[in-house]
Parts: sequence; structure tokens; C-alpha cells
Amino acid sequence: MALIDKHKIIETNGTLLMVGALLVVTVGGIVEIAPLFYLENTIEDVEGVRPYSPLELTGREIYVREGCYVCHSQMIRPMRDEVERYGHYSLAAESKYDHPFQWGSKRTGPDLARVGGRYSDAWHVDHLTNPQSVVPESVMPKYGFLSDRYIDAEYIEDLMSTHRIVGVPYTDEMIEVAKEDFAAQADPWADTDGLMERYPGAVVSNFDGQDGITEMDALIAYMQMLGTLVDFSTFTPDASR
Amino acid sequence: MSNKKDVETTGHSWDGIEELNNPLPRWWLYTFYLCIIWGIAYTIAMPAWPLVKGATAGMLGWSTRAEVAGKIASFEEMNAAVNAELAAADITAIEVGSDVHNYGVNMGAAVFRANCSQCHGSGAAGNVGYPNLLDNDWLWGGTIDEVAYTVQHGVRNETDEARYSEMPKFGADELLTEEEIDQAVAFAMSLSDPEGDGTNLVGGTYDVDLAAAGAEVFEINCSSCHGEDGTGDIYQGAPNLTDAIWLYGGDHDAVYETVFNARFGVMPAWGQRLTQAEVNAAALYVHQLGGGQ
Repeated sequence: MALIDKHKIIETNGTLLMVGALLVVTVGGIVEIAPLFYLENTIEDVEGVRPYSPLELTGREIYVREGCYVCHSQMIRPMRDEVERYGHYSLAAESKYDHPFQWGSKRTGPDLARVGGRYSDAWHVDHLTNPQSVVPESVMPKYGFLSDRYIDAEYIEDLMSTHRIVGVPYTDEMIEVAKEDFAAQADPWADTDGLMERYPGAVVSNFDGQDGITEMDALIAYMQMLGTLVDFSTFTPDASR
Repeated sequence: MSNKKDVETTGHSWDGIEELNNPLPRWWLYTFYLCIIWGIAYTIAMPAWPLVKGATAGMLGWSTRAEVAGKIASFEEMNAAVNAELAAADITAIEVGSDVHNYGVNMGAAVFRANCSQCHGSGAAGNVGYPNLLDNDWLWGGTIDEVAYTVQHGVRNETDEARYSEMPKFGADELLTEEEIDQAVAFAMSLSDPEGDGTNLVGGTYDVDLAAAGAEVFEINCSSCHGEDGTGDIYQGAPNLTDAIWLYGGDHDAVYETVFNARFGVMPAWGQRLTQAEVNAAALYVHQLGGGQ
């Protein structure tokens, strides 16, 4: 048979076989991946989602640095048990400014997608310093050293510019006043009108309760806004998504 | 091997070993074709093919979101009657042992484990800074409606209805000298030691002379909230100082810290997250743990 004679050519020629295999795999990739970039029903615009404030973004960097994602996911799946425990299931748009995203399917600790506002700042300090002091069953390591590490937003403009390159809509103004916003969010007595206008829903507090801005402040600022940006009382889910 | 001679070969031959080309078993072949047909039919029935603007929705109209919404709705419908009764009920009047009470306590236990245990402990025994809910010592009142109010609105959070009080920072704001604070601390510790034998003290003793000197400091600065006899005031969340229960520790250093820098324990307003039925259920559960008044 003619076809069998032809595939003998491919089988006896390694490079040709590799090129052929690559072409076949490419077809699969194009069919499965490419449509996600243009299909309207994979991209949902949700009101309220905004880029991270400078302090939150710094906290997020610490979250990634410490590998929190190894035990905690940030993705509430659309299942009844998860919705009842954690709150409304996560929307793709809620992590659209995440680089890298913090989804996941493996949980040693609970999901953190909606942890914002769930506990007091003092609880977060207690819990990060010594998790077993408030949750005796916990196997989480201690992160008390974060309270001793003072930070001053030295590289915040670079960090925000980098995020802008990958698509986060930070304006020139946001980057210009990043240092001021960074300091204001950790100071309950600061003038935060500009900060709140640029980053609606940001939580302003002296998160760790001590003078100066530490990594603890930044991480808790990030924790306290997680999952709080979308107002689900006005959100109507589109069934096609 | 002679009976294999009439079988067709693929023509491949390695070192004289030939590859036979037997036809596939018929059952296997038909199953294979059936799977292809099933696969195509499945993509027609379910959301699948990407088109220009969106993917095909599938003839069965299935979606993840509709499924989870449906499941939640079906459970809510099952419990709708009893949830409505629980939410609308005057919780002070719910009869212990009634169906609504049993339902509420069990529901409250689930709500407690998911939302409250992180601070108050999975057994509700509390932690340093987070009150024990098993004893009969209540900062803001231990009747069931007071407990429900605390669950609903929380303590010292950003909402207007939250329970609120703020102890002055007697040391940090220089309202008292360090000597006066020492006296007040000794007096506060002595309040829980009426017999003077130390049996009620937790974590150390106090200086009797300092305590005697602290009585006046206490009367001027502390008694307006904690009461002249130190038994506290649930309308201001001022703790009873005469018992052996200390939220932040009863040793000298902990009490000194409390007087010097004050404490500001916050509890979220759970009414923003939970339904009225869940709030009432949590109150029912906490109230029947042992300390409810």
C-alpha cells in the first residue's frame, strides 16, 4: 500500500519524524489555547477589580517569596461546599492583575481568595507570629520575623512599571506617587483621599500595631483586601462563562 | 509457524523477524468507532467548539455556574421553611429542645467551625486576646440576644453598629506615671484575691503596699468603666477584674501592658457575611455551650 510505503520514509528519518510530531502537537495547541485569547465568553469584565496598591503589591511579593502558595490556594471552585465555606466562587477577573496568578488545587491550609476582612489585623499578627497560639491544630510555620524587617518601598516604582509592561493598567500618576501611597496605607492618621481614589476599597491601618512599616504590614494589607473588591450583591453571573 | 504463512505482513522486517498485519478484532474496532461517535455527540451536547465570538453552548445547556447555583438553591429550598423561622424568630423565646432549636444549634456548630474557631478555638475555649465562650464571664453580655448582637455587628470594627469602647492608654499617653500604673496594676490584681491568700491569682503575686496605694488611683481613673468594686460593665465591654479570668493574661507584665498601652480587640461584623439565620444559629450554639445566661 502506498501510504505504508510513505510512513516508512518518516519512520526511518528521525528529523522528519520530529517535525511531523511537532506539527501534530501544534494543531492541538492552536485549537485548545488560541481561542482563549479572543473568545468573548472567556474574558469577563467585572466591576470593582483594580490593580494592587503599592503596599498590597509589596505584600503580594512577600507572599510569593515566602511560598505561601505552596499550602494556600486562591481559587474558590464553583462547588457548593467551597462556596458555603469560603464565599462566592472566584471569578477569573478577580485575578486578572495577578502576575503570577495564585490559583491552585492543593490545599494544606485553607483557601485565601476571600480572607479579606474575615479576621482582625491583630489576629493576623498573632497568627503569622505563632499560628499555633490561635489555631492549635495548625501545621503552619512561624513568620514572626516579618515584624522585624522594615521596608521603605525602595523599588516600588520599578515593580509597578514591570507589572505595567505585562498589562496591569498602572498610570504614570500611580507610579509617581507610589511611595506616598505606600506610606499612607500603613498610617491611620495620613491623608488617604488620593490613595482611596486610586485604589478604591484599600484597607488603611497600622496593621502590625508598631511604628514604621514592616513586611508584616505589607503582607496583612494584602491579606485584608483579598476577595473584597467585587460587590457580589450587585453581581449577576453570566451562565455562559 | 507454518500456519502463519497466509497472514498478511506489513512488509517490515528486522533481522528476519516480520511484522504481521492481522485485522483488528471486530469488537475492538466497533468500540473504537462508537467512541468516536460518542465523542462528537458529546461536544454537541456540552459546551465545546470555539467559534468566532464564543464557544458553542451545547444542546443540554449545562454550565458550571448554573450547576453550583442549582445545588445551592436546592439545599436552600429544602431548609427554606426552618431557616425563615430561625431568622424571624425572637431568639430569646426559642424553646430548648424544639426542632428549630436543634436545627439552629447544629447549624450554628457548622457556622462556628467555619468562621469563629480561628479566633475562639475549635472548642470555643478562646485564646489569649480572644474570649473563652464556655465560661459565664461575658464582656458584652451573655444573654442570647446580646450574643446574637455581638455576632451580627462585631466589636470595634469599622461599622457604626459595632460594640465599641476604648480604654485609654494610661502610660503611652502619659495619663499616669509609671509609679501610679504599678500601683493600679497591683490593686487590679488584688481585686481577684479578696482572701489575700493568692489562690485566685494567675501567674504571680502582687505587692500588698502598692495595691493599697493603688486603690485611689483605681477609683479616680478606672472605676468609671470597671466599676467601683471592679466587677466591670457589660455596657462598655469593661471586663470584670474580680474574677480569675484574664483575656490578655493576669500576671504583672500582661496587666501592666494592658494599662500602659491599652488593648483594642476587634471582631468582624459577621452580619455582613452570614445570613440572619446563620447569625441566630451561631448565637444559639454559643449560648448553649455552657456559659449562656
